[in-house]
Amino acid sequence: MSQIFASGLVCPLDKNNVDTDQIIPKQFLTSVSRDGFAEALFYDWRYQADGAANPDFVLNYPQYQGASILLTRANFGCGSSREHAPWAIQQYGFNVIIAESFADIFFNNSVNNGMLLISLSSSNIEMLFNRSKQGPQQWQIDLANQEILLGNNGAIGFSIDPDVKQRLLSGLDFIGASETLNPQIAIFEQNRRQQLPWLG
Amino acid sequence: MAKTLYQKIYQSHVVGSLNGSTDLLFVDRHLIHEVTSPQAFAGLKQAGRPVRRADLTFATMDHNTSTQIRSYEAAGETSRKQLEALAANCAEHGIKLLDLHHPDQGIVHVIGPELGLTQPGMIIVCGDSHTSTHGAFGAIAFGIGTSEVEHVLATQTLPQQLAKTLKIQIDGQLANGVTPKDVILAVIGQLGTAGGNGFVAEFCGDAIRAMSMEGRMTLCNMSIEMGAKAGLIAPDETTFAYLQGKTYAPSHEHWDAAVAYWQGLYSDADAVFDKVVHIDGSRIKPQISWGTNPEQVIAIDQPIPSPDDFTDLIKADAARRALAYMGLSAGQRLTDTKVDVVFIGSCTNSRIEDLRAAAAVVGSQKVAAGVRALVVPGSGMVKRQAEAEGLAEIFKAAGFEWREPGCSMCLGMNDDQVGAGERCASTSNRNFEGRQGRGSRTHLVSPAMAAAAAIAGKFVDLSTIQGVSA
Repeated sequence: MSQIFASGLVCPLDKNNVDTDQIIPKQFLTSVSRDGFAEALFYDWRYQADGAANPDFVLNYPQYQGASILLTRANFGCGSSREHAPWAIQQYGFNVIIAESFADIFFNNSVNNGMLLISLSSSNIEMLFNRSKQGPQQWQIDLANQEILLGNNGAIGFSIDPDVKQRLLSGLDFIGASETLNPQIAIFEQNRRQQLPWLG
Repeated sequence: MAKTLYQKIYQSHVVGSLNGSTDLLFVDRHLIHEVTSPQAFAGLKQAGRPVRRADLTFATMDHNTSTQIRSYEAAGETSRKQLEALAANCAEHGIKLLDLHHPDQGIVHVIGPELGLTQPGMIIVCGDSHTSTHGAFGAIAFGIGTSEVEHVLATQTLPQQLAKTLKIQIDGQLANGVTPKDVILAVIGQLGTAGGNGFVAEFCGDAIRAMSMEGRMTLCNMSIEMGAKAGLIAPDETTFAYLQGKTYAPSHEHWDAAVAYWQGLYSDADAVFDKVVHIDGSRIKPQISWGTNPEQVIAIDQPIPSPDDFTDLIKADAARRALAYMGLSAGQRLTDTKVDVVFIGSCTNSRIEDLRAAAAVVGSQKVAAGVRALVVPGSGMVKRQAEAEGLAEIFKAAGFEWREPGCSMCLGMNDDQVGAGERCASTSNRNFEGRQGRGSRTHLVSPAMAAAAAIAGKFVDLSTIQGVSA
């Protein structure tokens, strides 16, 4: 059974090691809100020093306006633990990122916001970049069957941690799920106080 | 079955299984700061959840604070609101806060250890990627996002999966002038910025055993820069001696039992790691980053590489972009390259030993004309100690600015920034584009190298200066 998690236009960001300082520079981290970060996404690449849009940055290309799938390379999201990075990406309109690999903290932060991050081999990533060079791409993501549907050009499978997949499909409350173990937490705390009393 | 240190600590914290391969782990210490916590507290409030263990939660203000004036207002309007939010949230939930006016306020990863909050065998989390620092004590310590901060506040636990294990064994005696900062830069240069992805790294070997706790913290601090989930070092007598008598260390009553427990925290001799790397510490030279990520490093006596030196086309392209951004050319020597700014500070290198090493290089010399140089101690305790030892006087007499504790120019969230096109010798941990200010050019170095750059006005190969030991 096909289940489309997301579908839309693909924006190719052809870089390795895109760090969270690039995704959202520090001046946007002083907010106490979870919202309002869309404009901050890739700020120093997207805007010139005078505030004008940088026409050479891929996000500003006319053909990628409205993109909802981000295609990039290895170690995306490295650096700081700022959750403002996935917030900015999601609020801009991306709900899926396809890359060769992701930094661990960024991956967890994204999943905690219901985003799907897909890792593919470097050869598959290369193939997808080549495809995106041929013209704007519209893809669909079938999470249940773990496939990226490439329009009329077939599909490509991906692997995903089963626990992550289940969370994304069921939309479980992250904290609520752990709270079902509250009795075990209480027992753990009690044992700890007896066995390792210096820990409090 | 034989286990690694990481696996032992992980398993001793399993509260229960969530589903599949995800465990719920208990968290012993939760450190929070102003930037990544306000949305977490707002989420709790919205859901009507209390903080489960305020007694295991500690807060400080460090990221966006002014290092010149101790007031919320001096941080600027939006940062002031963040600082006020932290103070209000801590007051509401009964969380201990070391605010701007507390004598021991400082960078979260400096004050945790010096207060004895960081102890062997713990799981420690904080909404900051450099939480890996605390692994120096034989703890599992890692950075988390704001949703996870909220989760820990609510439950004192975190869902986790067992990571792969990486052993980095460094033997041999470090050469004169080679510091733990040089060691970790060399390791990242060898393994790459993604070399540790999915792994928890354990550092071992006699070069590690010989390091002080401060040095070990520098090492573990930057394990995140190779993508490792955490870095850790088995505790030993150096660890125990450091902890004894610290404010939150086990009391006299529990001390012997705690040490006995800690002595069991090591990787079994026959434990199998998923990956093992051996490095000859005696061959490591003083390091300096030349590019825009921490794997782009060279020894200070090496020329800057050419993009053509990289067989990997993507790395070659990254090198090309980095050289353009940094205003450098292939073959150039950094010892011929002028610096505009020198920053000695950050959770990587702002501890008392770092300041001693820098001050030893400075001596009675002056900061070169045209160079702006800052020393930002990591905490109130470090600042007082440095003043008592006369280090502050050495820095001030030389022309360094002597500041109040905070993260400062490492990430430039406050007004300590490097200008566009300016070149900075920095003891911090990230040389990303724009990290220290839009257009800033960062070179990561040890405190001794940074101090030498301030005096010379350009980068210096310390091994060519007689009598210097850092």
